[in-house]
Amino acid sequence: MIDKLVMYLAYPFVRYALIVGVLVSLCSSLLGVTLVLRRYSFIGDGLSHVAFGTMAIATVLRLSNNMILVLPVTILGAILILKAGSRTRMQGDAILAVISVSALALGYLIMNVFAVSANISGDVCATLFGSTSILTLGQSEVWMCMGLSVVVIAVFIFMYNRLFSVTFDSDFAKATGQKPERYNMLIAILIAIVITLGMNLVGSLLITALVIFPALASMRLFGSFKAVTVSSVILSVVCAFAGMVLSIMIGTPVGSTIVAADLVMFLICCCIGGLRRGGR
Amino acid sequence: MTLISVRDLAIGYGQTPVASGISFDVEEGDFLCIVGENGSGKTTLMKTMLGLMEPLSGGITFPGGMKGSEIGYLGQQTQIQKDFPASVYEIVISGRLNKCAGRPFYGKEDKDAAARSMELTGITDLRNRCYRNLSGGQQQRVLLSRALCASSKLLLLDEPVSGLDPDATAEMYRIVKELNDSGVAVVMITHDVDASLKIARTVLCMGDVVRLMTVAEYLQQTGGQGK
Repeated sequence: MIDKLVMYLAYPFVRYALIVGVLVSLCSSLLGVTLVLRRYSFIGDGLSHVAFGTMAIATVLRLSNNMILVLPVTILGAILILKAGSRTRMQGDAILAVISVSALALGYLIMNVFAVSANISGDVCATLFGSTSILTLGQSEVWMCMGLSVVVIAVFIFMYNRLFSVTFDSDFAKATGQKPERYNMLIAILIAIVITLGMNLVGSLLITALVIFPALASMRLFGSFKAVTVSSVILSVVCAFAGMVLSIMIGTPVGSTIVAADLVMFLICCCIGGLRRGGR
Repeated sequence: MTLISVRDLAIGYGQTPVASGISFDVEEGDFLCIVGENGSGKTTLMKTMLGLMEPLSGGITFPGGMKGSEIGYLGQQTQIQKDFPASVYEIVISGRLNKCAGRPFYGKEDKDAAARSMELTGITDLRNRCYRNLSGGQQQRVLLSRALCASSKLLLLDEPVSGLDPDATAEMYRIVKELNDSGVAVVMITHDVDASLKIARTVLCMGDVVRLMTVAEYLQQTGGQGK
């Protein structure tokens, strides 16, 4: 078992995949806490569909590095969704649904009409569920992913106290001179970056799992914002790493194995949380 | 010193004013109670004073040179806060962000201020407890402590005792009175007129006509009853 793992680790593409996987899961879990607490989990889901649609266009255009197109369009989508959602809650929900299903449908349509390879359903499946694309990452993509992750982590750390205040009580934050709209925008842009990065790892349908599971699980266990944040980072990275190693060893799809690991972890945390509460 | 001066203010959502012709000053150490029926614009007035809403007409100024961001605010609890995983200390110190312009982290001064305001509101021993596991009265004291952390001059309290049991209500009033006695100006929205008028000095009565009067005048007008 160990020998097999060591053998795989000798390949650079396996190492790249592990690095990217750990970074993406780290970034997504950082943002997850704020998103879940503010009832924004749906934004991640909507954005991932936008990213899928854009990915389809990038595939058709035969872009060598599709992040160049997907990243700006997803950020744009994030800004759009947020602007629409800030007017009235009902309308915001509807607009989000419109954007996400349209992107999904158009993406699939474009991939079919302008098919660039014989295996369309394979391509679509890869984009939706991640599949093997994580194992075909080039060095430049890994560098780009590392750079973006550093940006996300640095912004998060420097804005940590303000994000807390805005998340807990945006009226109070505004009354004391913060600018909640600005932070909302910042969060939307960061989540767009994370989703674009996560597309390669778990695909666009499953990326929301990376964002919400670690946060939800940690909230069962801890009662302070800092502890919840730190714990979701740890849980997320552990699950991503375990899921990837497992999928390499037994040959399961990477994305769904990671998400399955996250689900198991979430259920375990629910049980622990329930037992603790019952024990009191 | 006049902390905040409201002149001929009209407030509301969109174009229709909820209330208009509102004028009053809040002096240093004042205690002003805002009373009125539901929908008379009490919370809207407070949100306009805080800059959360734009005034429809008229103006709010700070003649004493206090900044608009230096007001401590205790609002009505939101759905998000009810199950929020945050420790008492994290919430209280977040009141200090208005003094942290350009600084990403809290300094020693901020930590001292947080400790002081927890002391004044009697929640020092709850410091590391989780907010969502506290009783309603304790939660309100945490939010009061955060407001105090944001300002030692002026507190705006929006129904600080709503939903609290009699003991917690009495405790809350006691703390607010103590703070006011030590020189903090308080503006408080309340439904609990009888109890709050015992500690207030002036009353702003919202309604078709908005009137400012002393507690004695108010009691005389309402025939000694709360309402």
